[in-house]
Amino acid sequence: MPQPILELKQVYRSFKRGREVIPVLQDINFSVNKLEFLCLVGESGCGKTTTGKIICDLLPPSSGAIEFEGVDIAALRGADYKRFRRSVQIIHQDPYASLNPTHTVYDMLSYPLLTHGLGNGRRGVRQRVQELMDLVDLTPVEDFIDKYPHQLSGGQRQRVSIARALTTEPSLIVADESVSMVDVSIRIGLLQMMMDLRDRLGVTIVFITHDLALAKYFAWEGRIGVMYLGRLVELGRTQEIIRNPQHPYTKVLLSAIPEPDPEKTRSKEHIQLRSEDIPRLTELPPGCSFHPRCPWYVEGVCDDVVPQLVSLAGADSESEVACIPLERGQELVLHDA
Amino acid sequence: MFDQQREAVLRVEDLSIIYRTKRGDVKATSRVSFDLRPGEALALIGESGSGKTTISLALIRKLPKNAVVTSGNITYRRDDSVQDLLKLSNRQLRAFRWKDCAMVFQGAQNAFNPVLKIRRQFEDTAQSHGWTDKTAIRERALNLLELVRLDPERVYDSYPHELSGGMKQRTLLALGVLLNPQIVILDEPTTALDILTQRAIIDVLNDMQRQLHFSIIFISHDLSLAAEMADTVATVYAGEIVEIGPVNDIFYRSLHPYTYGLLTSVPTLEHMQDHLQSIPGSPPNLIDPPAGCKFHPRCAFATDACHKDSPPLALDIGTHPAACWHKDRLLESRKEPV
Ligand SMILES: Nc1ncnc2c1ncn2[C@@H]1O[C@H](COP(=O)(O)OP(=O)(O)OP(=O)(O)O)[C@@H](O)[C@H]1O
Ligand SMILES: Nc1ncnc2c1ncn2[C@@H]1O[C@H](COP(=O)(O)OP(=O)(O)O)[C@@H](O)[C@H]1O
Ligand code: SF4
Ligand SMILES: [Mg+2]
Ligand SMILES: [Mg+2]
Repeated sequence: MPQPILELKQVYRSFKRGREVIPVLQDINFSVNKLEFLCLVGESGCGKTTTGKIICDLLPPSSGAIEFEGVDIAALRGADYKRFRRSVQIIHQDPYASLNPTHTVYDMLSYPLLTHGLGNGRRGVRQRVQELMDLVDLTPVEDFIDKYPHQLSGGQRQRVSIARALTTEPSLIVADESVSMVDVSIRIGLLQMMMDLRDRLGVTIVFITHDLALAKYFAWEGRIGVMYLGRLVELGRTQEIIRNPQHPYTKVLLSAIPEPDPEKTRSKEHIQLRSEDIPRLTELPPGCSFHPRCPWYVEGVCDDVVPQLVSLAGADSESEVACIPLERGQELVLHDA
Repeated sequence: MFDQQREAVLRVEDLSIIYRTKRGDVKATSRVSFDLRPGEALALIGESGSGKTTISLALIRKLPKNAVVTSGNITYRRDDSVQDLLKLSNRQLRAFRWKDCAMVFQGAQNAFNPVLKIRRQFEDTAQSHGWTDKTAIRERALNLLELVRLDPERVYDSYPHELSGGMKQRTLLALGVLLNPQIVILDEPTTALDILTQRAIIDVLNDMQRQLHFSIIFISHDLSLAAEMADTVATVYAGEIVEIGPVNDIFYRSLHPYTYGLLTSVPTLEHMQDHLQSIPGSPPNLIDPPAGCKFHPRCAFATDACHKDSPPLALDIGTHPAACWHKDRLLESRKEPV
């Protein structure tokens, strides 16, 4: 049995806006195994970043529990809680917004070392900063250590963010879209570097993106979780999901993606949605949230029961899908567009 | 498909543009030339800051005040009349934008006036170009809204805030072609839209082009979009077109190390791709770009010649023009099994 480093149990999260309650995450259940490649994908606003923040306890869940190394983090106090906060780090979506413009690279990397009491004197701190810069290929170190964010390229800023997340020697890093703001010509290199850090430092990385091709690249040997309007709709082995998606939303998504190959992308069959309107979180449809758009919708079933993430009989043992007809073993019948 | 033989609707020759700034002149466009033929879809691809938006702003004469066109000309042909776009009067320009050339900008969903119904925005556009018959405007508008796969009556009577981002984007496309332009320019038409919304926009654009036969110039950093929509692809690097050719030639027979580098840095959906690799370094600062070939600091094939002299966009080796001294070496390296 693989060991989970982290587990989310029936996590819900909502926000209040005036009198309205926005349910942003509902019934999220999944675990992250030590050193596995796990990627959360989904379209804008589906709750990926919120999930990432909840994992790091930057945001409490409205209900549900997060267990880190088998312990409910809500029960952690004092030194134990501090240790948890050091062990779990997040790398933010936007490297431009997340770096303080008045701090040099040295300031940004030494600050967390000093506040967590991790450096060993002035010299020790400087040496550790250099090590970290080495790890993320910000070399030669002297060329970068005194630079301010505006003097760095997008890719270099991203490397600073990663190095900063590594200062506390975390065992789990949530990397939120941390390459999508960066130009195509360098994003794959950043991803490769993170995958390499996992091997060298033994850190587990949960990668969050809306780019399925990138998710595939990162989690080829691992798993992908697909989110839609605040729920996980499919969770399974990456290669299985890419080759043989089960959930209707995953199928539509994969069929819709243009690919960087003219012949392939032009001969691709696109599954038509029944509706292109994305429901508001405050007016979620009853039953399965995808049902008004789902090309395989079964009337009286899909608009009635909220599907749970379950394993399907006869399917890949590691795969889970939230779809009532699939759960009941019904054959899906495509509606005419 | 477009007709290779027909005369270009738009011809850009030797266009150079700088932005004057306190820190120095930004050389945003350098000696850019290309032709756009009737019905052709041309993609300009390149990374952020490479100068794509600058080129398109020049085409509709909407460059910001600190921009200076330092060389070149842009000729536009409609039927048998030819115009030099850089010499149009303000009145001619107003007619040119919309009637001849429509542009949909990056993030343009916010371009609608929030207090006016969509109907008013169609009517105002038509009327400001001398078209006053409201029934005729309505008829054309509803046809176009249907073509972009919206519920025409409902959308025509809506306020912008009643429409989703993707619906607004499609309404904007319909509005853009209201006056039947020959050229539609799209700057990052799908960036920041969700995958399913992107798909709807791509399909709609393809339908529209098939029916209305306009030419498209679209600008994107997204190679997949170019693969799917373009007849012709031009790669832009540091303000220059470094390679241009038919879409299949660019994707399967690229001749420029930068284009090739881009192609080997994007993952596809199938297979594990062990050979993927980023281009080292980052794009240059355009105030003080490298001498010679601007790509040389990042190029695996660079030699002394590349440091000294800028390679011309020439058709000497291979199927289409590219600006590189060592195309033969790239071709050679690609023959070796990976
Ligand atoms: N503090 C907040 N108050 C109110 N609503 C919020 C708050 N934070 C997030 N939301 C809402 O929660 C939903 C999910 O947001 P989240 O940032 O998790 O999405 P995401 O999947 O990361 O999207 P993206 O791909 O755009 O980054 C959105 O509808 C968002 O507007
Ligand atoms: N108004 C402006 N003033 C000064 N520099 C500008 C201005 N607009 C763009 N630039 C610079 O010109 C270059 C090309 O920009 P742009 O055409 O917007 O590129 P792209 O659309 O490919 O991202 C960049 O270096 C950019 O910073
Ligand atoms: S001219 Fe030289 S530096 Fe430029 S792309 Fe060709 S080989 Fe590379
Ligand atoms: Mg997010
Ligand atoms: Mg731009």
